[in-house]
Amino acid sequence: MNGVHDLGGMQGFGPVAREPNEPVFHADWEKRVLAMNVAAMTQRLYNVDEFRHGIERMGAAHYLASGYYEHWFAAVETLLIEKGVVKRIELDVRTAALGANPAAHPRRDDPALSARLLHAVRAGSAAKSEAAPAPRFRAGDRVLTRNTHPAGHTRLPRYARGRHGAIERFHGVYTLPDAHAHGRGRQPQPLYSVRFEGRELWGESAEPGAWVYLDLWESYLEPA
Amino acid sequence: MGGTHNSEPEPYPALRVRALESLLIEKGLLSSDVVDKLVAIYENDVGPMNGARVVARAWVDSAYKQRLLADGAAAIAELGFGGRGGGDKLVAVENTPTVHNLVVCTLCSCYPWPVLGLPPNWYKMPAYRSRAVLEPRTLLREFGLELPESVEVRVWDSSAEVRYLVLPERPAGTGHLGEAELARLVTRDAMIGVARVTAAAPAR
Repeated sequence: MNGVHDLGGMQGFGPVAREPNEPVFHADWEKRVLAMNVAAMTQRLYNVDEFRHGIERMGAAHYLASGYYEHWFAAVETLLIEKGVVKRIELDVRTAALGANPAAHPRRDDPALSARLLHAVRAGSAAKSEAAPAPRFRAGDRVLTRNTHPAGHTRLPRYARGRHGAIERFHGVYTLPDAHAHGRGRQPQPLYSVRFEGRELWGESAEPGAWVYLDLWESYLEPA
Repeated sequence: MGGTHNSEPEPYPALRVRALESLLIEKGLLSSDVVDKLVAIYENDVGPMNGARVVARAWVDSAYKQRLLADGAAAIAELGFGGRGGGDKLVAVENTPTVHNLVVCTLCSCYPWPVLGLPPNWYKMPAYRSRAVLEPRTLLREFGLELPESVEVRVWDSSAEVRYLVLPERPAGTGHLGEAELARLVTRDAMIGVARVTAAAPAR
């Protein structure tokens, strides 16, 4: 979708604000959001593509006015409600109850769950597929990205649509996010690193000697 | 935003986060020790010190460097690194006197967690994500890195599950240093590509 998350090439956000000696987390709730999200994805309550699209579905003004973990939490809440894991009313009621009595949140450990989840997190996820549609393109092939504006999730950014590039390398066969974010299975496809010259993307505004490399699925590309 | 020791009333997101956490715990999908252990991993076990070890090894061991450039995930696994957020497919890109690499994720905030940990805020914010692909040289100048026009800039926009690690150039005058000493010079910013490694120990 042509959402505000698709930031590449936008202007007006000012200089990059850096924080010296930045801590890993800025508040306790951020840690809890990280843990909830990792635990939820590890248990396959939703997948990473649904998660990214959950962030993209935030209101544009909310997205720009909030930080990373608020984005995460918006998606976690949206998805857990949509998947029926929790009900919105349950969450509203519990939030109000904790506001009235912050101590009403007892600690509860579960060593078996913890061992299982930690093992899975260390093992990592696997978007790579052993299914092997033969790659259509080879390194050096010229390609043209599709000029397409899907309403759903895609990983072809606006700034690189309808542009000529060259295949840099074939990465392997990977889950197609455009399908996986919408309950249409993994539909694995060849994934390529594609090299674009700055002038092709930005015209006369391009800086000299600058190239952009994107990882693009085969169905985003046509031979050129 | 309130800190851990803040005695002010909790802000709404914090309350709602705790509410969702307590519901997931009741449903058997989460537990307090899971939260503690996951947080400990990202606070203590993964971070730029992992990537710095990978870089230092590549500087002193040319066979390792070749393996790193050929298959990043397998090469970091040799040092015990991997798992969620980039252990699946990692590509190391090498800086040379004529090529400078820079990593961004314009669509979200993809980052090589196993070797760099969780990303800094600036990496996730609109200013960096919007500008890195459009005006990388201008952006790098703001970071204090002036690149001559003869140096090609390669911006890696992490649009898939592939994650990128910049292999910086080894600074001159470090021939006498061992692997562990070299690792102490390598900064997070150098492995994202917004800084060079210098022979003087970094401030942080």
